Amino acid sequence: MATVSLKKLTKRYGNLEIVHGIDLDVADREFIALVGPSGCGKSTTLRMIAGLEEISGGAIEIGGKVVNDLPPRSRNISMVFQSYALYPHMTVRENMGFSLKIASRPQPEIDRRVAEASAILGLDQLLDRRPSQLSGGQRQRVAMGRAIVRDPEVFLFDEPLSNLDAKLRTQMRTEIKKLHAKVNSTVIYVTHDQVEAMTLSDRIVIMRDGYIEQVGTPDEVFRRPATRFVAGFIGSPPMNLVEAEIRDGKVDFGKGETLPLPRQFKGKVSVGQKVVLGLRPDDLYPSGHGIHSGEEEDVHQIELPVSVTEPLGNETLVFTEFTGRDWVSRMLNPRPLKAGDRIKMSFDLSQAHLFDAASGNTLRS
Amino acid sequence: MMDDNATARFKRRLLKIAHQVGLLLAMVIICLPGIWIMLTSLRPPVEIMAKPPVWIPQEINLDAYVAMFSGVGKGGIPVLEYFRNSLIISVTSTVIAIAIGMAGGYAFARFRFRGKSGLFLGLMLTRTVPGIALSLPLFFVYARLGIIDTHFGLILAYVALNIPFTIWLIDGFFRQVPKDLAEAAQIDGCTRWQAFWQVEFPLAGPGIASSAIFAFLTSWNEFALASQLTRSVNSKTLPVGLLDYTAEFTIDWRGMCALAVVMIIPALTLTFIVQKHLVSGLTSGAVKG
Repeated sequence: MATVSLKKLTKRYGNLEIVHGIDLDVADREFIALVGPSGCGKSTTLRMIAGLEEISGGAIEIGGKVVNDLPPRSRNISMVFQSYALYPHMTVRENMGFSLKIASRPQPEIDRRVAEASAILGLDQLLDRRPSQLSGGQRQRVAMGRAIVRDPEVFLFDEPLSNLDAKLRTQMRTEIKKLHAKVNSTVIYVTHDQVEAMTLSDRIVIMRDGYIEQVGTPDEVFRRPATRFVAGFIGSPPMNLVEAEIRDGKVDFGKGETLPLPRQFKGKVSVGQKVVLGLRPDDLYPSGHGIHSGEEEDVHQIELPVSVTEPLGNETLVFTEFTGRDWVSRMLNPRPLKAGDRIKMSFDLSQAHLFDAASGNTLRS
Repeated sequence: MMDDNATARFKRRLLKIAHQVGLLLAMVIICLPGIWIMLTSLRPPVEIMAKPPVWIPQEINLDAYVAMFSGVGKGGIPVLEYFRNSLIISVTSTVIAIAIGMAGGYAFARFRFRGKSGLFLGLMLTRTVPGIALSLPLFFVYARLGIIDTHFGLILAYVALNIPFTIWLIDGFFRQVPKDLAEAAQIDGCTRWQAFWQVEFPLAGPGIASSAIFAFLTSWNEFALASQLTRSVNSKTLPVGLLDYTAEFTIDWRGMCALAVVMIIPALTLTFIVQKHLVSGLTSGAVKG
């Protein structure tokens, strides 16, 4: 059993508090991703779990056992570093077998376990090379191999793919997913890339400024963002988020520009309340070029001018001017458009979000 | 009409030749004193003192070397004793300075502690004091302690002289070893101590070796302090031994140069041997792609 629990976990450097008493329970064999912008405390949290940073308050439990003051080697974890951190003076074989050598395992066992791990990762041909003779993707694989060989209860990944180019990153992402299915350990994966978090994990933890904003499945954080921050952070291109006020049962953006109040928020807002309306690019599209997810009556149409288009082949991102700013929309089966064209836009308000402007929390409740 | 490409090619060739001539001149200037010492040790005194100078040696012999080793009273000096003293003092002080330098350099490179930058600056400032300025106070203190003319006294002085420098150099080499590596080693099951010896030390090794050469050469060649703090064959080092060739009215330039050559050879050999191991770029490939 390798559950991981964080209880009021706090990190301070002097008077500066970086992580503010966060709570998190990771189930056995769960793949959990910590995401957030740089400086949100996700890496610090991971390093505290690894035992590389001392904790300033709270507790960390691994497998039900408090490990607060245990050194990294006694926590039964493996970590893959962003920099890979391969030992340059050792061959791939020695790198992978290093932990077993330190643990004084017999040589035949080391050889066998290195062979097993290298077979999983396709490193058989590279065992006698040194890290400097490997490509970025291969180094990444060796770093994972070194983690697997230890057969830990918990794998920690610290932005493992961010030094790879886009193509390799996609490929390694798939491999990590396969790997998790094979080794069946608990994984805590830190990334700033929301696509990695969405595609890999069972649950996502979104952090900001040392607080947890939301914990949920990829679907939950995408469809039901708890805060304005999560709404803007998850999804690409990001959700349109525009400040407004509730007036006459409408969402009023000022200057006479309004949208009807989405039905799911009726009775949850009060007149005069300052809100932020959020609408994903998928739920805003040139009429006839998208799919609405709710009822027909929830789709609201307005004719708007096009300011920029970004053709992507299978779809085009269309930026239309509304409420004094550009709203990004996704146009399926694209037809050519040029700046200045006026087109009819569909707002699928059944998918709209409203957040309290002051607190940033969702008004859905 | 001249071809532009041909002109460019000609210019490039000309520049290359000029570059090599420049390098040759620089090398000659750097090497000349050494070569001159070597030549002087092999020439008869008449030729050495000749005015105008005789550039091309007319007669070459090993008389000076033979005389040097033929014992006191026969024109010789206790060169073996001096050599032994130099070796003991240089090696011991280097080993101690490197051990302390490693500990200090590692601490400065890896740990955060109060007064770190002040301490570092303080260490560096000690290097700004010329050794000779310390010789008189040092002499008084040593005289009181009764460690004038002992190996211990000189070793102590050289350790103090070398430590700021070795700390500074080794600090730089440890900084080049990514911190991630020691952390990865700790996760792989190492204690902090094991992580140091298994990962960080091997990677900083070439740098530490070059710091050791510097420390050794400083001690091996040091004259100012040694000339004050040594008296007899008990502790006199080779550089001080050079003074044996000065008499009241004469200086035996030939003998002095011969001793200088005896001094240079071990230092040169050592540098040559260790230099081969100073493989740079050993840390490449540890991090990043």
